[in-house]
Amino acid sequence: MNNKLKSIQLPIKTVDDIVLTRRKAREVAIKMGFGLADQTRLASAVSELARNVIQYAQQGECEISDQSTPEIVILQVLIFDYGPGIADLEAALRDGFSTSQGLGAGLPGCRRLMDEFYIESGLQQGTKIRIQIHASSL
Amino acid sequence: MNFKTPLLQLGDVLITSIQTDLSDAQVSEFQQDLVRAIGVKNANAVVIDISALDVVDSFMARVINDTARAARLVGAEVAVCGIQPYVAMTLVEMGRQLFDVQTTFNLEQALAAVKAAVDVRL
Repeated sequence: MNNKLKSIQLPIKTVDDIVLTRRKAREVAIKMGFGLADQTRLASAVSELARNVIQYAQQGECEISDQSTPEIVILQVLIFDYGPGIADLEAALRDGFSTSQGLGAGLPGCRRLMDEFYIESGLQQGTKIRIQIHASSL
Repeated sequence: MNFKTPLLQLGDVLITSIQTDLSDAQVSEFQQDLVRAIGVKNANAVVIDISALDVVDSFMARVINDTARAARLVGAEVAVCGIQPYVAMTLVEMGRQLFDVQTTFNLEQALAAVKAAVDVRL
């Protein structure tokens, strides 16, 4: 498989970048052949995560890449920041928990939408989140 | 009085739409415009069309909820219409009742719904 898409790096610095980032993620999903349901799931998840970056860390970065294997089409989005980090990860992944004015549906909702959800964070260590959507390549 | 938010009036119903993601400043402007317009224009109901949104994350869901609540507090019936099918599915998957407003498939049904609610009230 040499026809993998090149990975894309995007800065997340303003509210407008939230829209740009999720639009780009959707574009890549379309190129990789994901259907409308997966496109919308991915765009929503990326939107949640990019919004968190702006809200809690002010700025961060996003990397969208094609991680497909011969059997599975895999679109991966990595979103990270060097912000204050999440003190209580377990609580942050629980429904209804929010340290701001949110609905507390962001992280747990995002996790439910994705085929793969990995988070790494700690106080003063920033936050790194990796999400993937999968499709069979057959 | 000037409103930056596009508002159409049809009898005692105000119709507005959200075209794109709003920034924090735009959100408060949108909410204030709508709530003020209800008073100024003597509206009994508001319909918010979101058919242009191809993504509704939890932030936008909260904005829509809060706006609807504020409109109800000043006495207007509210309906949200035009949620795209995949947006609806994603909202459900993300979990819980992101919308505690009356929702309808299209504008026509939204108008019928708010009119019926106003009729019951009067």
